[in-house]
Amino acid sequence: MAEPGSKTRPSKSGFQNNVLIKTVVNTAPIYIVLIVLLLLVRVVNPNFFDPNVFLGFLKRSAPVMILAAGQLFVIATGGFDLSMGAIILMVVLGGALLTNNDPNRTWWSILTLLGLGSIIGFLNGAITSFLRIPSFITTLGMQLVVRGAILLASGGAPSGYLPDNFRVFGRGNILGVGEVQIPWALIVLVIVAAGDIFLMQRSNLGKQILAVGDNPRAAALSGVRVPQVRILAFILSAIAAVIAGILYGGFSGTSRDAGQGYELQAIAAVVLGGARLGGGQGSVPAVMAGALSLQALFTLLNLLGLPKPLRDAVEGLIIIGAATYSAFRSRQSDNS
Amino acid sequence: MNALVNMRNEQKPIVRMLGITKRFPGVVALNRVSLEVYPGEIHGLVGENGAGKSTLMKVLVGAYQPDEGEIYLDGEKVNFSHPREAQEKGLSIIYQEFNLLPDRTVAENVFLGREPLHRGLVDYRQMNAQTMALLRQLDVHHIIHPEMYIRDLSVAQQQMVEIVRALSLDSRVLVMDEPTSALSETEVEILFNLIRNLTLERGLAVIYISHRLREIFDLTQRITVLKDGSVVATLPTADVTTGDVVRMMVGRELNEYYPPKATPSDVKEVALRVINGANERLNKINFVLRRGEIVGVAGLQGSGRTALAKALFGVEPFTSGKVEVDGKEVRLDSPIDAIRCGIGFLTEDRKREGILPSQSIRDNVLLAFRALRGVLSINYRDGVRGTPNVTELGRRVDLRAPSYETQIRYLSGGNQQKAILARWLASGANILIFDEPTRGIDVSAKAGIHNLLRDLAKSGAAILMISSELPEIIGMSDRILVMHEGRLVTELPAGASETEIMLAATGGRETHFEEEKI
Amino acid sequence: MRKTKPSVKVNLARLRIIPPAYAILLGIFLVAWLIVELFGTGSFTNPDTLTNILVRSVALGIVAVGQTFAILSGSLDLSVAYLISVTAVMSSFIMQGNSQLVPLALMVVLCIGILVGLINGFIITRLKIHPFIATLSTSLMMKGLLDTGFQNFAGSVPKSFQALAYDGWGPIPYSVLLFLAVAVVGEFILRRTRFGSHVYAVGGNREVARLSGIRTTRILMGVHVLVSLTAVLSGIFIVSRLGSGAPWVGPDGAYDLESIAAVVVGGTALSGGRGNVAGTVAGVLIFGVLDTMFNLLGVGAFLKLVLRGVIIIVAVASYAIRSKHEVA
Repeated sequence: MAEPGSKTRPSKSGFQNNVLIKTVVNTAPIYIVLIVLLLLVRVVNPNFFDPNVFLGFLKRSAPVMILAAGQLFVIATGGFDLSMGAIILMVVLGGALLTNNDPNRTWWSILTLLGLGSIIGFLNGAITSFLRIPSFITTLGMQLVVRGAILLASGGAPSGYLPDNFRVFGRGNILGVGEVQIPWALIVLVIVAAGDIFLMQRSNLGKQILAVGDNPRAAALSGVRVPQVRILAFILSAIAAVIAGILYGGFSGTSRDAGQGYELQAIAAVVLGGARLGGGQGSVPAVMAGALSLQALFTLLNLLGLPKPLRDAVEGLIIIGAATYSAFRSRQSDNS
Repeated sequence: MNALVNMRNEQKPIVRMLGITKRFPGVVALNRVSLEVYPGEIHGLVGENGAGKSTLMKVLVGAYQPDEGEIYLDGEKVNFSHPREAQEKGLSIIYQEFNLLPDRTVAENVFLGREPLHRGLVDYRQMNAQTMALLRQLDVHHIIHPEMYIRDLSVAQQQMVEIVRALSLDSRVLVMDEPTSALSETEVEILFNLIRNLTLERGLAVIYISHRLREIFDLTQRITVLKDGSVVATLPTADVTTGDVVRMMVGRELNEYYPPKATPSDVKEVALRVINGANERLNKINFVLRRGEIVGVAGLQGSGRTALAKALFGVEPFTSGKVEVDGKEVRLDSPIDAIRCGIGFLTEDRKREGILPSQSIRDNVLLAFRALRGVLSINYRDGVRGTPNVTELGRRVDLRAPSYETQIRYLSGGNQQKAILARWLASGANILIFDEPTRGIDVSAKAGIHNLLRDLAKSGAAILMISSELPEIIGMSDRILVMHEGRLVTELPAGASETEIMLAATGGRETHFEEEKI
Repeated sequence: MRKTKPSVKVNLARLRIIPPAYAILLGIFLVAWLIVELFGTGSFTNPDTLTNILVRSVALGIVAVGQTFAILSGSLDLSVAYLISVTAVMSSFIMQGNSQLVPLALMVVLCIGILVGLINGFIITRLKIHPFIATLSTSLMMKGLLDTGFQNFAGSVPKSFQALAYDGWGPIPYSVLLFLAVAVVGEFILRRTRFGSHVYAVGGNREVARLSGIRTTRILMGVHVLVSLTAVLSGIFIVSRLGSGAPWVGPDGAYDLESIAAVVVGGTALSGGRGNVAGTVAGVLIFGVLDTMFNLLGVGAFLKLVLRGVIIIVAVASYAIRSKHEVA
């Protein structure tokens, strides 16, 4: 430990003492990536920074940003949550079932879905903690259970539609200021982001989540109730998935494919945001920036006229590139 | 001694390091270090953390390349670029942390990376047979079998597997970096006999690194003292005293090892009382701990010292009996219960059980306090709404760090220990359990920790100090509790001698040591 | 007392050779038998049903053998599903129903498999990216390239090639023999070769392996090539069964996550270093038995999903609960 880092690494001893610089070095890569991508989109689409266009972009990005921040809570404890996509499916199909085309039942349905999500999160956390199953497997099993159950409940064929006052969160605007239309999704995003940032940075829960991810044994020996912390992290992740599902339901129809693969996108965004798989490190704004970068990338590829399949291929390349870059940067600062 | 001198006249050194310099960016880790080791010699290498011992050994085995200097092995100039090359030339190193795979067998570990082949396939029969032969040579084949899994072995047995691995490489030089830090006294004795036999019978040269000077004096023929990357001196062990070596290591006189004991007026009311405490590993535990005193807990490894600490802290609770804190009966079923009662526990394994390596010093210090507040509470700034002032706590424990936002893993062992002590002060603990408070900590930093313990006691804390280092027990304790086979066998007053303690710790029979030998 | 200990432990060590997953398999088989006899149509023990269980397990089983290597080495591979698609599509596209083109097609898909394995290995070992992200990304790339070229079933395999899926050696289908061969070879590599021993070492503790002179990078590259080759074999079997390959065959079978689940249900530790192929075979057969039982009982596809999720958790819990390993 007292030995200096391995022989080939350049000295960064000046940095080590400067917290501010260190923070920037650690979190900078994704913001740089994001700014570059946004500027590239602006080059292809000169109107991109027009308020309504940009707000529309944020509206479409909101679900995955919320998902990524939720996933971060679990990843910061050292786990994975693979059940997010199934929860989105549950919200979209379950929302249609529960409301049954009756706008008066929207609020009640949303509360029910949030409750169901919390139960799923609780089970994920409790099974992982008490049965000592890796969360990868727990949440994989839960994904199958939730997807199967909701398809069973809806009879397999998506039935009915989400009422307009359900869909308004994903697609509607809350108010117009002159020409500018403020979407509901943005308000939801801001509230969720503020809540997540508060929880991660200012609450004891956030600190304990990082503690559990960093060294569960030491945390437990300092009085941290590790199972409780893990369970809460999974509940936060599941609630994030429900909220994302509600927004997602606004601009997509009710379909059996809803939500598929979203958990993987969220994990990719978390990694792009510089969080460590294995736990103990991660920041909500950076992870949201990671998600926004992914979305900006899709937009860019779309504007460039690439067919959807090719966009997937390029996305894969970019994720590797960005992950390599941030892994490289964090190694550099780690070994100072 | 004479025999050794004669031997040296005839023999050439097996290892000769000449003028080794190793620079890391911004620091000279080794400055023209020279070291000679003879066949059959046990050579002690001592120095504070950061003095360059480990770096020097890494240069020797090829994990690092020196910037200047030459290395000769048996008169032949060598230049290893990977530890594997050194291994092939008969130069092995046993690291502080074990390099064994828990889910593989003894034989698979011994031959890892060099599995014997028969027609292209791993020849397990031969591998097991060869391992068995080596175990037999060391006379440990009764307790270790080639097909046992590493995870089923005790720490000492694992250590022996490491040695077997070194022997299987036909090592002529063996470097041991703090090999005894996890061993009990009995196991240390077994290990030492093994090392002595190997050096006498096979002419193996051993370079032995340890913080425990007593072991160095027990075992070695010569000592090399390193300080700040340079050799202070290389001397025959018989010609120096512990005091001399410490002086050379720290570069100044450490005349007062231990702070003065508590006076009768310092010792106040009973803080902790255990009545008939028992669980799977402990039996009939009865004692009191008073405010203002430091009570040492001595005993062999496995005697239940750590189990006692874990019971008091609710990790592995007592299943029967009673515990009173400040005269009130309490239940200690989990760490948080203990923390609520004002108990703090500094574990022996700081790295695995103490620090959150990637979190800031501040978050490490506030960990237990936050656990006490619960997950729903908010982090206020220092001093606001009862939040402890980390800066003040840091000052109180003399914590030295560039900033409290620095990740704790960048601190030295001593400063990490102070940060964890601050963690318990932040949680309001006034009954403190220290398990090996100075393990892996520099000689000069040790005195700081010892003074801190005494200051805490003076300010009204009740301290239970577990230690396997008898000088520490004797130097620090106002009373000494001795454990044996899960029971507190006796209580000795402050002035007790090592012999008295050992006698009690081995179950009252002096012959016990002999019996335990395998 | 001490002297008696070792022999006991050695016996225990020998017992560990039979993975506990077989106890679960046996239990589930007996329960399935009972339930089917009581409530189902058809018999659970007639040879057709038993063969059916095995045939059902082939595609997942072959790739799960490869996945076992990945997980044992402390890695994992999420790209197998799309590699299966790529294999299925490319082989039927190249064959175009012409049996003379079969060798060419097989050569091409095997080369693709090796290439994908090398790329995965390179990203993980050289770019030092977490295998989850690395293989997820290569998976996306394959998906993109495949979907660009093909939207539907492409080409077809010759009738003779379908023998692999539909014919057999006596009563035993060739496909089952292929699965068994892959499993036996896999177990043999793990138990008897240096490579296998080093796979355990790398997964158990990469630093220890490195210090013992094992070239960990090479081992991980080799492991990823091996997983990819098993995915290719699975793809070949699937295309011979379907007669033609489509881009969705891999992801529809969820071979990525299912193969990981089968490995873990088979008793291999997700963190690496502990487990074996024999256990994986049991894990795969557990899924096969359950599937067959659900079919004979007429359980719907959605309920099957739910039950499968529950079984994965329960099976893994049954070992995990006994171990003291910290998990997250």
